[in-house]
Amino acid sequence: MDIDKKTLEEIALSEKEYEKIIELLGRSPNHVELGLFGAMWSEHCGYKHSKHLIKTLPSKSSRVLSESGQENAGAIDIGDGYAVVFKVESHNHPSAVEPFQGAATGVGGIVRDILAMGARPIAILNSLRFGTLGESKTDHIFGGVVEGISWYGNCLGIPNVGGEIYFDACYQDNPLVNALCVGLVESDNIASSSAKSIGNSVLLVGADTGRDGIHGASGLASRNLDAEQEMRPTVQVGNPFLEKLLIEGCLEALATGHVEGIQDLGAAGLTSSTVEAASKAELGIFINTSMVPTREDAMSPYEIMLSESQERMLLFVRPEYVEEISNIFTKWGIYATQIGEVIKEPHIEVNDGTKSVAKVPIQFLTEAPSYSTDTSSIDLKSLNNILHQPDPSLSAQNSLLSLLENNNIGSRQSVFQKYDSQVQTNTIIGPQHSAAVLRIKDTTRMISLSIDCNSRYCYLDSYIGAQIAVAEACRNVSCTGATPIALTDCLNFANPERPEIYFQLEQSIQGMGLAARTFDTPIVSGNASLYNQSDLSEIYPTPIIGCLGVMPNSVTPVKSGFTEVDADVFILGTNTLTLERDSLSGSEYYSSLYQSVTGSPKINLELELQVQSLCRDLIAKHVILSAHDCSEGGLAVALAECSCIGSIGFISNNFNLNDWEADLFGESQSRIIISCRKSDSQSIIEQAQMVNVPIIHLGTTTDYKFKLGEVINTDVSTLTSAWSSALPGK
Amino acid sequence: MLFGIIVFPGTWSDTDCFYAIQDVLGFRAEYVWHEETDLSRFDCLILPGGFSYGDYLRTGSIAKLSPIIASLDSYINSGKLVIGICNGFQILCECGFLPGVLLKNDCLEYRCVQTNLKVASNDHAFSNLYNIDKILDIPISHGEGNYYADQETISNLEANNQIAFRYSSPGGDTSAEYNPNGSINNIAGILNASKNVLGMMPHPERCCESILGSEDGALIFKSISKWINKNI
Repeated sequence: MDIDKKTLEEIALSEKEYEKIIELLGRSPNHVELGLFGAMWSEHCGYKHSKHLIKTLPSKSSRVLSESGQENAGAIDIGDGYAVVFKVESHNHPSAVEPFQGAATGVGGIVRDILAMGARPIAILNSLRFGTLGESKTDHIFGGVVEGISWYGNCLGIPNVGGEIYFDACYQDNPLVNALCVGLVESDNIASSSAKSIGNSVLLVGADTGRDGIHGASGLASRNLDAEQEMRPTVQVGNPFLEKLLIEGCLEALATGHVEGIQDLGAAGLTSSTVEAASKAELGIFINTSMVPTREDAMSPYEIMLSESQERMLLFVRPEYVEEISNIFTKWGIYATQIGEVIKEPHIEVNDGTKSVAKVPIQFLTEAPSYSTDTSSIDLKSLNNILHQPDPSLSAQNSLLSLLENNNIGSRQSVFQKYDSQVQTNTIIGPQHSAAVLRIKDTTRMISLSIDCNSRYCYLDSYIGAQIAVAEACRNVSCTGATPIALTDCLNFANPERPEIYFQLEQSIQGMGLAARTFDTPIVSGNASLYNQSDLSEIYPTPIIGCLGVMPNSVTPVKSGFTEVDADVFILGTNTLTLERDSLSGSEYYSSLYQSVTGSPKINLELELQVQSLCRDLIAKHVILSAHDCSEGGLAVALAECSCIGSIGFISNNFNLNDWEADLFGESQSRIIISCRKSDSQSIIEQAQMVNVPIIHLGTTTDYKFKLGEVINTDVSTLTSAWSSALPGK
Repeated sequence: MLFGIIVFPGTWSDTDCFYAIQDVLGFRAEYVWHEETDLSRFDCLILPGGFSYGDYLRTGSIAKLSPIIASLDSYINSGKLVIGICNGFQILCECGFLPGVLLKNDCLEYRCVQTNLKVASNDHAFSNLYNIDKILDIPISHGEGNYYADQETISNLEANNQIAFRYSSPGGDTSAEYNPNGSINNIAGILNASKNVLGMMPHPERCCESILGSEDGALIFKSISKWINKNI
């Protein structure tokens, strides 16, 4: 070993990995080369612990135009000549260290992934997890993250159409900030991230390169977050105005047809973007770092290659078109600088002026080692989680009110109103409903989007929990009337080198795969964020699922809230309102009112499929006024939400005082609450019977009362004042 | 009848305005890059919403230096019509084409919400198809929409009937409770003294189709068309 531990620690490579590099090269790497390996072999770029598992996921269907791993984001044919590209990505560690910039640049990063597909970004969603609200650290992170998303996304003019926010002590030191971006592109014009052909000029476009974010991929994103560490310099700083110019400039440049390849600069900056582009073309790339415009003087080739400065893209252009393309960027007031060229020999060659500073075969860099952790030590019996049943200390009604004002259930309006959800004038259904719906101008289609994961279920049983995450994301989309057609995932886990965590990862991916195959919704893109743990805590396994649905615009999409009084209310997916106690497994009721997370969640995917299909059929027949899925907080909370969102009451005679806990708050899956005009009730019942989906008449909407049999008797304004006070803000 | 939609670096409601005006309402529209100086072919210019130059330094402060602004001065003096929406309103104030300024919202946060507007005047190009006191359903989306001017300016605006719209309840109550950003007198939009320049924070281009929940913004563009056709 001719290298000290501190250097390896800095780039997060093990001694074994260092030895492997020497073996591959047949010599010791120099400083710059070691930096290239450190970045490309980081967990963040190299997916060392997850790639062999991710490979097992379904990624194909007749609609998939670009599969997971092939390009920067998955592309799905929606018909009428258009494709939707979408992807979810994490920016967890930066947001823990510097919430505002961490979250802002998380949005910026995923937007560039979509831009790199040649698509115009048309929507953003977020999935956020924080520690316990009210504690100063969480309040600081929560406030900063929301402000950062608002600041960056609003300036770009991309609507933020929804998402989810949850609080749990397990996210205290490791908040999750997952951003999903959706783009639209003509199917024939999907861009490639390949360097394409020998002699192509490499243009670096956008921001100057600074010293921010060096070691972001290796040092920050790929290891445990220790409370004491001073990591702030590894967080990037965003400039949304520049990103907006970059979007317009790149789309205008791509429209000329003279850009052969385009890559975003994200984690590991120039290193990963150049190496990946060359790898896809099976060619090499030459970069002269002295040509790169820098923000600061005397930046070394090492710093330039590893900087994660934001708002930069890489374009591969035939030399004869460089001037034409550069002029487009000049019009938008940004630089396009030629920094190198595509070469035949499959190496990355880095020069600082005339001095060669690195030369490494591309393949060595792209083939990061793959690790699995031995999970044979895990005692499967110990995972058989018995439901602990605390004695209720609150009445049914007070339990309901308490759940509604709980910050995992109540209204998110105080957050969502800080995001522009309407710009681009496509938003038909915005935040606060089961899923968002956007019309696609110049087509006969609409798309629906949701993002979801109940990590408590995944903690209790990762295999089932991940299935439920997929089912629920699809259910949300089905509740608008759209058919789920594709998924994207973000795998947020703790340290995968520990057997129990690796087991969670493995089980989650298997569960996701099973559910995705059942629903015929391939997973077309994704991202993994591991090492979400600190000395004090580790996160629940949190495989976030984003779902894309599509529907013809002859269908009127349906919202969650009740829409009119004197409507019939049904529940699809169950033939009884008397639930087993087991349904309280992992429930919000036990978790938030009794701090108990136990039991074994369950799901029947076949039933789920049928329920969703029926719901969509009824919406297509225009007989449903509203549809809302029954999730956290169970049936009582779902009904209360329908009332709060629609400002319309509800009366049911179906509930009695026996075992109201499970009946009201049990979280049995595959249930959807629908409302309809009385004249349509009979046909709805008949259609449900025809396809063998259980259905129960729950009650009727009314003006202001909210009554569930003998158990709950209150009114909409009481519910609404609890529901609206869940999150801080004006 | 040709609308011009001015595009600064960072503008983002340009395409929304274009779609509403040309594709939905059937009037002709063209984009105008901020470096253009010949504006003679346009009957009405729109400064759309967005974050021109990132709103860095102060909203509108860098846009004010664009070449188009000098031409806009003579365009306005010739009596032709200009609407500034959201960031466009901020730019018009920054350039001095409209009095007053737009401060940070009094909640100190960005707000994208549905608002109700009460039509305060209709003796001009921009809302002649509305009745006085008609209530409109038009959304806002801004961080700096808190209209402020000194007392004398406000008194003059009120006295000269230069208030175009006020924030209100669905029933027309214009008390502070229905003010989303702290604007003086619930002001959502104002006119210059000769009433050929309108600045408004709410986004009429976002509500010209029933599928988007409201068509109340369409009458602004239709009013302009009617006014111009009448005056040609």
